[in-house]
Amino acid sequence: MAKGMREIKRQIKSVQNTRQITKAMEMVAASKLRKAQEKAQAARPYSDKLREVVASIASGTKGIHHPMLDTRPVKRVAYLVVTSDRGLAGGYNANVLRHVSAEIRKRHTSADQYELFVIGRKGRDYFRRRSMPITEVVAELSDFPTYADIKTLAQAAVQGYEEGRYDELHLCYNQFVNPLTQIPTLTRLLPMDALETADQGSVKASYEYEPSAEDVLAVLLPRYAQTLIYNALLEGKASEQGARMTAMGSATKNASQLIGDLKLVYNRARQAAITQEITEIVAGASAQN
Amino acid sequence: MSTFLLEIVTPERLVFSEQVDRLKATGIDGELGILAGHIPMVTPLKVAPLAFQAGKQRTTYAIQGGFLEVRADKVVVLADSAEKASDIDVDRARAAKERAERRLNNRSQDHTDFRRAELALQRAMNRIKVSSSGENR
Repeated sequence: MAKGMREIKRQIKSVQNTRQITKAMEMVAASKLRKAQEKAQAARPYSDKLREVVASIASGTKGIHHPMLDTRPVKRVAYLVVTSDRGLAGGYNANVLRHVSAEIRKRHTSADQYELFVIGRKGRDYFRRRSMPITEVVAELSDFPTYADIKTLAQAAVQGYEEGRYDELHLCYNQFVNPLTQIPTLTRLLPMDALETADQGSVKASYEYEPSAEDVLAVLLPRYAQTLIYNALLEGKASEQGARMTAMGSATKNASQLIGDLKLVYNRARQAAITQEITEIVAGASAQN
Repeated sequence: MSTFLLEIVTPERLVFSEQVDRLKATGIDGELGILAGHIPMVTPLKVAPLAFQAGKQRTTYAIQGGFLEVRADKVVVLADSAEKASDIDVDRARAAKERAERRLNNRSQDHTDFRRAELALQRAMNRIKVSSSGENR
């Protein structure tokens, strides 16, 4: 019995250590979450502004054409997937990767019908293991990435579309709803929906464009697309911290429960050992009488 | 003198938002001076300094590409990055300039590398220019 007790005691100690770690991770994630949310918030004025201008050009000038607004027959598709570098974030990566894989399986039959742009180590490893066609990767980003960190990738992704290497660009990331909920989403970034840009009817000002509306649009649209990619990344980062916080919170709770159960078993064993000892002493004493 | 609201926004945050008297920017087609009451306009910007004046105080920012939107009530500058003269690391900019020049002299490279070095050189020179103009005042 004594040996069984030592075993249980060791197990309790081990679970306690784990709980300490998960608890620390939960708290770190909570504080990072706040900062990540602020970052995502701070990035919003820029994209809002861009959308406003793009919308006003699109609505103000009729008959304007730009490859990024026109749908063309889809032969090849590119996916830009936002994942994290580190694990222990619950279903964060698994969800978004499953989502993308399902979509790819559904739409494509061979590997030359699509290509992948990947942000984050987890996604890179996942697609590499399955030897899927990865065009460009950015990994080992900080928790609060700057625009410059992903500028090259964003530019490459938009450029590929402009050059006609693929006819659609999809963006896959975890949409941040609240710290407990992240929804893996897959949205079409390019070509842009003309409707989406045009429904902002609030902007009525007619602008002068220098040098011309087409030229301004040609500069704006790629930039707008890149900004949306950056926003998705920031939102993904906020989701990551939220998912990690939730996952580590429930891990801590499970550990506490496990410790409670083990303690109960331990105390029972201890009690049994004492009882047995007393019985033995009593039995020994009565045998001598 | 009437003023207008100037906002400088980068993908990361709102950098600047204050009333100013006048603004000087470099658009794709050349320099622009903007005062209050300017006609609504949109133009892409070059990698160049952006200078504005509020009262007696002049400020210069290093703008790395982007565009400028003039509206009836305010002027918005959307830039990839915007740095104040005092925030610029001059040594780093000088090093970047030398690196870019070295790359440009090395002709064997392909087209995209060349283009990239050219842009890097522009950015570095812009930073150096802004930081030196800041020191003079």
